[in-house]
Amino acid sequence: MKSRFTFLLGGLVLAAMQLAGAQQTGGLRLPKTVEAGTAFSIQSAGSGKAVLYIVGPGQVLRRNIQLGEPTFFAPEDLHNAGHYLAALVAGSSTENGAFDVIAASPPAALSFLAKPSRLAVNLHDGISGVVYVFDRFQNLVIAPTQVSFQLSGGVGAMQTRTVLTHNGVAWTKMDSAAKEGGAQFVARVGDAASTRVIQQVPGDPCHLRMSARPSGQRLAVETEPVRDCSGNALPDGTIVTFTETYDGGESTADVPLKRGVARTDMPAYRGARISVATGVFIGNEIHWGKER
Amino acid sequence: MRNGRLLAIVIAVATVALIVVGTLWPIQSAVAMAGSGSSLLRDSGSPQAAVENLADEIGQQAWEKAYSGLANRSEFTELEFVHDLTGTYPSLRTYATLDSSELRPLHASADEAQIQLKLRWSTVVGAFLDTRDLRVVRTGDRWGVLWPIVKEPRVPAQVIPVNYLRWDVIYRGPEDDWGSQDVEAPHVRIVDMHPVDRSGGVVIMGELLNEDVVPAFVTVKATLLAKNGSALATEDSFDKISHILLPKQVTPFLIAFHDVALSEVDSVHMEPSATLIAASADPVIEIEDQHLNPAPGASLSGKLVNQSGQVVSVAHVLGTFYDKSGQLVWVADQYVDRALLPQTPVSFAMSLPADIASKVSSERATTTTYSSGRFQ
Repeated sequence: MKSRFTFLLGGLVLAAMQLAGAQQTGGLRLPKTVEAGTAFSIQSAGSGKAVLYIVGPGQVLRRNIQLGEPTFFAPEDLHNAGHYLAALVAGSSTENGAFDVIAASPPAALSFLAKPSRLAVNLHDGISGVVYVFDRFQNLVIAPTQVSFQLSGGVGAMQTRTVLTHNGVAWTKMDSAAKEGGAQFVARVGDAASTRVIQQVPGDPCHLRMSARPSGQRLAVETEPVRDCSGNALPDGTIVTFTETYDGGESTADVPLKRGVARTDMPAYRGARISVATGVFIGNEIHWGKER
Repeated sequence: MRNGRLLAIVIAVATVALIVVGTLWPIQSAVAMAGSGSSLLRDSGSPQAAVENLADEIGQQAWEKAYSGLANRSEFTELEFVHDLTGTYPSLRTYATLDSSELRPLHASADEAQIQLKLRWSTVVGAFLDTRDLRVVRTGDRWGVLWPIVKEPRVPAQVIPVNYLRWDVIYRGPEDDWGSQDVEAPHVRIVDMHPVDRSGGVVIMGELLNEDVVPAFVTVKATLLAKNGSALATEDSFDKISHILLPKQVTPFLIAFHDVALSEVDSVHMEPSATLIAASADPVIEIEDQHLNPAPGASLSGKLVNQSGQVVSVAHVLGTFYDKSGQLVWVADQYVDRALLPQTPVSFAMSLPADIASKVSSERATTTTYSSGRFQ
C-alpha cells in the first residue's frame, strides 16, 4: 500500500514538473552528484513554505521546507544509485532540477562468476572469471576500478592479472595447470574478495597398456595405471573397454578404473586378439600367447 | 424431432444387441480382462484346447489352475512354475502382462501332440516373446500339457567383495547468490553421426562420448532443417541410447523420423545434453560369445555375465554395427527379460534388418543396467 502511494505521488510530481517546466527560476541549488549513503543539502531561494520532492529509482522523498533555508538529508536517506529528479512546489509555482546519486566508495561486494568449475589440465585460457563490483548498498560501481585476479593452488605457478572494470564489469582468462588438483581462483577489490574453487582434472588418456595372464579357465586382463599426456592418473570410475575377438566371436567388457587400474576376466581362447580402449583412445593389443 | 427419436431408438437397440453378442460370444482377451475364469474356458478335449486353456490361465495369472492342469506337475512345484514365467528375482517378467498368445501345431498323433506356444508379454519398454515347444499328452478323454520348465539358477550363498565406487552430487542451493558457483555439467561430445534414408524416413545414427571425469545422464535431440532454415521435425533418441554414461564411456544413439524424406533435409541440428547425476560404477557386465548371425533372421547374439555381486533386474543391450570402412551403419537394442545373477550367463539376441546385416563387418555391444529399488 505504501509503495503504491509512493509511485502515485512520484507520478503526480513528474506530471507537475512537466507542466511547470517553463516556470523554472533557478532558485533551487542542487549538488551535481551525491555519493550513496552520504548526507547532503539542497538550497532554495525565496521565502515562505514549500514542498520539496526527490524522485529516484525505487524511492520518493517528500520534505516540507522553509524557502531560503538549506534542506538537509541524512546519510541513509538516499542509497540507490541513479538519476534523481527534484521538484520544489510552492503554491502554484514549481521549480525542478536533477542530480545523480553515484555508488558509495569503497567497493564492498563482488559477484564473481568463474567458469568452468571443472576443466582438464593444460588448457590455455581455459578458465574465465567475470567480476561485477558493488558498493555496500548493492549499487553497481560504474567508475573504473582495479580488480585483481589470482589463480593459485595445485602444482602450477600462481597466475595474477589486474584488470580495470568497464561499466562495472571486469573479466579475465587464465590457463589451467599441468597437474591435476583444486585451485583457488580469487577476485579482489580493496578489502572485498571472492573465492571460487576450480577443479583441474586429468585430460584425455595418453598412456594405456594392459597385460594378460591365465586365471583358471579364464584370462585375467589388467591395465597399468592409465595416465594423460601430463602424467596425471585418470580418476577411478573411468571406463576402460576390453574387447576380445576369436574365431567369429567376440567378448567385451566395460570396466571402471578402480585404484588406478581396470581389471577383468575374459574367456581364454588360444589365438584370441585382445584390445583395450578408453573413450576414443586405443591402447595396446595382445594376441593370446604373443604380445605386440 | 421425429428423426432424432428414431436415431435414439436405433442406438438403444444396437447397444443392447452388442451387449448380448459380447456376453454370449466373448473374445478371449475380454474373457481374460473380465477374469471370468474357467466357466468360459474350453473343455480340454483336444491338444489345442488344452494349450489354449493354459495360455488363458497364464494370462489371467491363475497360477494354481494353470499348474493343476499340467500333466507333469510332479516334476516341479507351483512356485517353480510361477518363477519360470515371472522370474525368481525382480525382472522385466515380474512386471509384464500377457498381451496375446499364439499356437502352432507341430505334430499330432492319437495320444500325443507337439504344439508351439508363443506368449507375447508386454512391458513398459516394449514387448518380448516367450516361445515354448509343448508336449501335450492324452489322459483318458482329456489332454494335459507337459510344461518344459526352465529353472532359474540359484546363486550359492557367498560373500562377493566389491570395491564400491560411486559419485554423489551436491548442487547449489536456491538461497545462493546468482554469481555463486555450481557444479559443472559433464562435457559430452558427438564423435560420429550419419543421417540415412530408411523406409521413406530419415534415421540419424551416431555415437556420443562422455569426455569428462564424472557420470552423465545424456540425451540427444535432432532437428531436421529444410533449405529455407525452417524446422521440419524434431525427435530425440528415447531409449535407443544408453542414458547413463560413465567417464570416457561411449554410447550409440539412433533417432528415427518416420514422416520426413531425406531429400527434403538440408541440414541437421544436433543437440546433445548432459546432466551431472549420482551414479555407481557397478555392476560390471561382460558380454560374452557375441556372434553376428547372417540372414535370414540376422541377429547379434551373445551372453551377458554379471561380474558383480549385485542382482541386475533389467539389462538393456545396445549394438553398434560398422561396415568394412568402420562407418556406423546401424544401431539395435534389446531388453533382457530375466534378471542377471552374479556370474550367471543370460543369453540375448537382437535382430538386424537383412539389408543392413550384409554390410556389417564388425560390431560393438554395450549394456545399461537397472537394479530393483535403485537407479543404476
